[in-house]
Order: sequence, then structure tokens, then C-alpha cells
Amino acid sequence: MWTFSCPLIVYGDNALDYLAQVKGKKAFIVTDKNIVKLGLTKPVTDQLDAVNIGWEIFDEVEPEPSLNTIRKGGVAVGKYQPDWVIGIGGGSCMDAAKAIILLLARPELKPEALSVLETFNFREKARLMAIPTTSGTGSEATWAIVLTDTDDKRKLGLGTTECMPDVAILDPVMVMGMPPLITADTGMDVLCHAVEGYTSAWGTSMTEGPGLVATRRVFEYLAKAYKDGNDLQARKEMMYAATMGGMSFGNSMAGLGHSTGHALGAIFHLPHGRTVGMFLPYTMEYLMNGSEETTVKFAEMARFCCGASGPDKECAKALVAKIRALAKEVGQPLSVKDCGVDKAKYEKEIPALVERALNEVMTMTVTRVPGEEDLGKIFNYAYDGKPIDF
Amino acid sequence: MAKYATQEWCDLYKEEINKSKAYEEAAKTWEGDFYFITEAGGPVKEPIYMYVDLYHGKCRAAEIVTDPNKYKPVFTLSAPYAIWKQIATKKLDSTKALITKQSKMTGDMAKIMRYTKAANELTNCTMLVPTEWLD
Repeated sequence: MWTFSCPLIVYGDNALDYLAQVKGKKAFIVTDKNIVKLGLTKPVTDQLDAVNIGWEIFDEVEPEPSLNTIRKGGVAVGKYQPDWVIGIGGGSCMDAAKAIILLLARPELKPEALSVLETFNFREKARLMAIPTTSGTGSEATWAIVLTDTDDKRKLGLGTTECMPDVAILDPVMVMGMPPLITADTGMDVLCHAVEGYTSAWGTSMTEGPGLVATRRVFEYLAKAYKDGNDLQARKEMMYAATMGGMSFGNSMAGLGHSTGHALGAIFHLPHGRTVGMFLPYTMEYLMNGSEETTVKFAEMARFCCGASGPDKECAKALVAKIRALAKEVGQPLSVKDCGVDKAKYEKEIPALVERALNEVMTMTVTRVPGEEDLGKIFNYAYDGKPIDF
Repeated sequence: MAKYATQEWCDLYKEEINKSKAYEEAAKTWEGDFYFITEAGGPVKEPIYMYVDLYHGKCRAAEIVTDPNKYKPVFTLSAPYAIWKQIATKKLDSTKALITKQSKMTGDMAKIMRYTKAANELTNCTMLVPTEWLD
């Protein structure tokens, strides 16, 4: 038995008008100060006002939300007792909204306990909505919650299938203003989700479709959205690709690009999309060098998404090359060094990076599972941008 | 070969864990004991409690207990017999079993998550025990 879930997805022009149909009394909006400052909560609160749904904004979410922020959010939502919790923002805000609605149901729990081990039944109290402003983490279409233990410098992969949002609203007005750097960072995250979802050892026919199409759309539209943020078609397609990427990996599992990227991001405080996107080609090379099954899948993807042809290995290499070329085109780092990480500090942290990556579920759900030694080599090679040859 | 969930099976399981370099390395800082509980149902008439004490990469004890009050382990993992068999024969991933609620765990999830590799190696050790299944 396995499952596939996704929210009701409302998408396209004027998707926010869907809020006029929502029934409820009080909405607790989870977001960050920047989203409020940019005026991106206003289109939502205007709609809620029009249907007499009261609202309160919790805007304390930071990038890579901490356990402490979730604790504060849990206290605030407990006082407000809404019947909707709405995450507006990037993955950090949406993940925080998921965590906070779980605490609405189970206020006695610590944030680090918000996992599959518990039962929440939060829909007896409230429903969950996600409105992304980046394209994106795909959090609007997954049940995963990624929080950061700032004391231990570690990302925690939490969540439960219950916290798949009930509704995701993909309205292009919410992403049009994304600056190029965020467009690129979050766009590479989409690519990583899509590729890893498609090739996950936990993947099935149900999860392959969204991953494949999302990858193709990223290749077609990310550079366009990066170069011209007013390109409405590019913005829409990247929004949809982000959600499809979420559907793909969220119903299978992400992979090595994520486990290595998480470790780097947690220790060196780098944006999620930037790190996982940077590691993706290296981890793909690692898989290609030891897994025929995944090489075949990369080749399928290359043929569909990039028009590659020829033997599987050559097509798979073409896919890796295409990803590196796209990263370069959108100003993304191709190595850890390019991320601005000091070499001496990095080398000192390699054991910690390896330990974190080794113990992520995502390291186990690939077709060639690295041990400590191989992970150490991947981290080392990626510093100077050396292609993986083992 | 040993019959599933007997003391003989536990003895073989403990041996496999303590022979495993991969487990020892992955669990070198682990401290915590478990009840692995096979729920009543199918060929299992009464719940079977298997106590396993794991410490710094080694198994200190693996025991079938008849009185569940004998120990108070920090973790329990329970599932029907059919699910345990699927996990032990690698037909079902243990994490997937938890996600789909086919198995249930109590204990500090945040702690377990820091030892995913060790948990994986523990399952690998289970596969190495020549098992006479109950059905």
C-alpha cells in the first residue's frame, strides 16, 4: 500500500477569486514580514473581508523556519482559534502553516514531534490553505514540513500525510514580483524536485508524470522568467511546474541532491533551492556511475525534455549538462565554492555534513545508496566543481 | 533457521546485529531500547513482545518477554505479523510502513530521525536471520 495525495489546486488568472467561495469565520494567516511589506497579503485579506471572514496575520516566519518560530505560532493560533490556516509565501511560510495547524489540534506537542507518529485530526477544527509566492518549493502540494533546529544546525524532515493542504491557490499575481535571484533559487528547487521525484526508488507511475512534465517546463520557462519577470506565461508555467514537482517528490521521496543540499544549507545558512540545485548534477553523476536503472530514467527524461538521442548513458550525461547550463544561465552556483563558502571552514565541516546527509531518509530512497566515504567524496568534489567520477 | 519471534530467533538476531560493522558504525552513539510488538491477528494469537536493547552500536539484549511490564523501553514499534514479515523481507520499507500507519511507533521521533542509517542497517540484520515464518 502507498498513497498519492494532493490538494484541490485552483490555478490561473484570478485564482484568488476562489476565496469568495470559501466558508469560514476566522483565518489565521502565516507569512513573513517581507510578504506583508510587499503587499502580497492584501489581495487575500481583501477577499476574506468581502466574505466576512475575520483574519489575523502571524508574520514572524523566517527563511528555513526554526522550531522556536513554530512554538510562537502555535501559541498565537491557539489564542485565535481559526477555522482556516492560510500559508502565504515561499516554502518556509507554507511549511510553518502546516506545522502551526498541527499545533492547533495538538498544542501539547513540541514542534519536533510533528510527525507521522502522531494523529492530529486538525480538520475537526480548521482547514489548511497554501498560497505560494515563489515557484517554488511545491510545499502547497506536499505533506512535508522542513524545520530547522538552529541549536543543532540540522534540518528536520517532519510532517504527516494529514497536513497536505486542503486547497492550493496558484495565482500569478503572487509571483510576478519575484526578483531574479529568488526566481532562480526557487526555480532550481523545482528542477531538483522534479528530477528526484521521477527517479526516486519510491516512485511509481503515479509520481513519474508530474516530475517529467515539470522538468520540461523548467527547461522551457525558468530562464525566461529569470530574464523577464513580467513574462506572464513563463511565470504561470513555473508556478504549475513547482506544484507538479511537489506532487512528484511529495508522493515518492526526494533524493541525494536534497540530503546533501539540506546539510549544506543547515550548516552554512544558504537558501534551500540554491544548495539542492547545485548538488543535483553531482548526485545525478553519482547515481549514473552505479545505477543502470536510474541512468535509464535520466535518459528517458533527457529524450522527453531536451530532445536528446542515442545510448542511455549519453542521454543521461546530456541531461546533467543541460542542468548545469541552465544553472549558469540563471546565475546559479555550479560548485560549493561558487556559493561563497570558505574552503577551510567547509573542510572542517565535512564530517558534520556527511553525518547529516547520511541520516536523511532521502539518502536511502535512491537506487545507489552512498555510505560515509562516498558522501565525503561527493562533498569534496562539489567544492571545486569536479564532476563525480566514482 | 529459527521460528519467528522465539527466543532462538532473538539470539540469532542479536548475533547478526553484533556482527554488523555497518550497524556498529551507524549506531555508535545510539542509546535506547525497544519493544518490537507483533500484534495479535492471523497466525499470532496473543501479542508478542520482543525486547531489544541497543547501545553504542551493539545489541546488549534481545529477549521475548511474556510480561510486557518487565521493561519500560523508550521506544515501541508495533505492527501486525504480515507487516513485520514484509518489512523483514524488504518487501515494505519500514519508513513507508510508518507513514501509511501500517506500523505504529512511540518514542522521540526527532531522535530516531538522527539515526535513519542505523535503523536501515537494523532492518538489514533482520533479513540475515534465517526465519521460519508462522504461515
